[in-house]
Amino acid sequence: MFAEQDVAALLLSLKLAGLTTLILLMLGTPLAWWLARSHWRYRYVLEALVALPLVLPPTVLGFYLLVALGPEGPVGRLMEALGGSSLAFTFAGLVIGSVLYSLPFVVQPLQNAFQSVGLRPMEVAATLGASPVDRFFSIALPLARPGFLTATVLGFAHTLGEFGVVLMIGGNIPGRTQVISIAIYDHVEALAYERAHWIAAGLLLFSFLLLLTVYRLNRRLPGART
Amino acid sequence: MSRLLLMMSLLIGHIPASWAGEVYIAVASNFAETARQLALQFEKKTGQKVRLSFGSTGKQYAQIRHGAPFQAWFAADARRPMLLEKEGRMVSGSRFTYARGRLVLWSPTPGLVDDGEKILRQGSFRHLAVANPRLAPYGLAARQALESLGLWQSLQDRLVRGENIGQTFQFVKTGNAELGLVAASQVLRDGMPVQGSYWLLPADLHEPIEQQAVLLKNQVHAREFLEFVAGEAGRAIILANGYEVP
Repeated sequence: MFAEQDVAALLLSLKLAGLTTLILLMLGTPLAWWLARSHWRYRYVLEALVALPLVLPPTVLGFYLLVALGPEGPVGRLMEALGGSSLAFTFAGLVIGSVLYSLPFVVQPLQNAFQSVGLRPMEVAATLGASPVDRFFSIALPLARPGFLTATVLGFAHTLGEFGVVLMIGGNIPGRTQVISIAIYDHVEALAYERAHWIAAGLLLFSFLLLLTVYRLNRRLPGART
Repeated sequence: MSRLLLMMSLLIGHIPASWAGEVYIAVASNFAETARQLALQFEKKTGQKVRLSFGSTGKQYAQIRHGAPFQAWFAADARRPMLLEKEGRMVSGSRFTYARGRLVLWSPTPGLVDDGEKILRQGSFRHLAVANPRLAPYGLAARQALESLGLWQSLQDRLVRGENIGQTFQFVKTGNAELGLVAASQVLRDGMPVQGSYWLLPADLHEPIEQQAVLLKNQVHAREFLEFVAGEAGRAIILANGYEVP
């Protein structure tokens, strides 16, 4: 039913999605906050850049990454200067690719959430003497909670289903870069339909249950639209 | 209602008409560059345009089985053209070997690959790119060659697999893998490397990579193109591109 290699691929996918989501939440929260609050004239340039992975084919992103990570590319050069080695065909390389690829799925819901909190609650808190940091943590964050949940789920799910970027920079190494989508593709291409069916159905069920749980939770959260 | 049917039948009747005289041919990735040259020469000679569509042999086989509108197919192996023949999805008797592929160990760095076998045995590299043996004929040949050398097991943790020979070449070309087992046709022009250094693997290390072509629809221009490829001028072009011709 499930071969050892397929289980390893699923675990790798979960690890990749989890780590990517964590990194994106840490990087995306300040970025989304700034985008929601900034009055800078050229803010739209940054917004367009954040949205870019939505429209770019993953193969384009993957190809640029392959060039950038290679020994001639900027990232490759930096890594060699630091005494490291090329990031292509490594798990770290997949994390970098996934962070870029899933960026808009985390930043945009957060930005919308922060924008919908509005200025009023923050101003009220300010007049009551709360510091900017205090205002952010005790007012903005709790009010934006549904946005965080959406961002987390979308970031995680999008990375779990990622295919094109990994195909371009992963090198299909079992246990290291062979994620679940690549394993399925491999089986389909090799006409091993039965194995492909098993993991594809498993992934479908898992993804659905994940989304179901989240939307169910989301209904009960304060601040959620019912 | 009947008017609608009439309209529909007119439209449907027009589709093949718009394709008349157009030649659509499916070509395996490794043969892409050579096929472009062949199509160019064929057009010069006959004035007939040939449209080429590149992809992996496995994918194209599936597409042809599901009715893709190609009139001829240049595959990367003999296995799948034979399957088509068994299924009766091609013009019978049109299957022939148009090229024999050779495998090279290649690096974009000049002078790096001198004694290829020694380099593989020493294993002083981090990544060796091969095509996926499950999917690509050149990958299967790479696996057989490494098994013949007794290195398949020991090199496992250094193999990176491209999903086809095109991607495998890309891994090496961008420097992400130092070495790769790629098609001679990707590296050689008129017997000289386009870039870097290479080792032509002895043909007895793997089963021959017989690349076969078939006529899918008995269309006159497609048939002429196949005849051109099998003829003197066609064979010369194929030979110059790093293949052997039968």
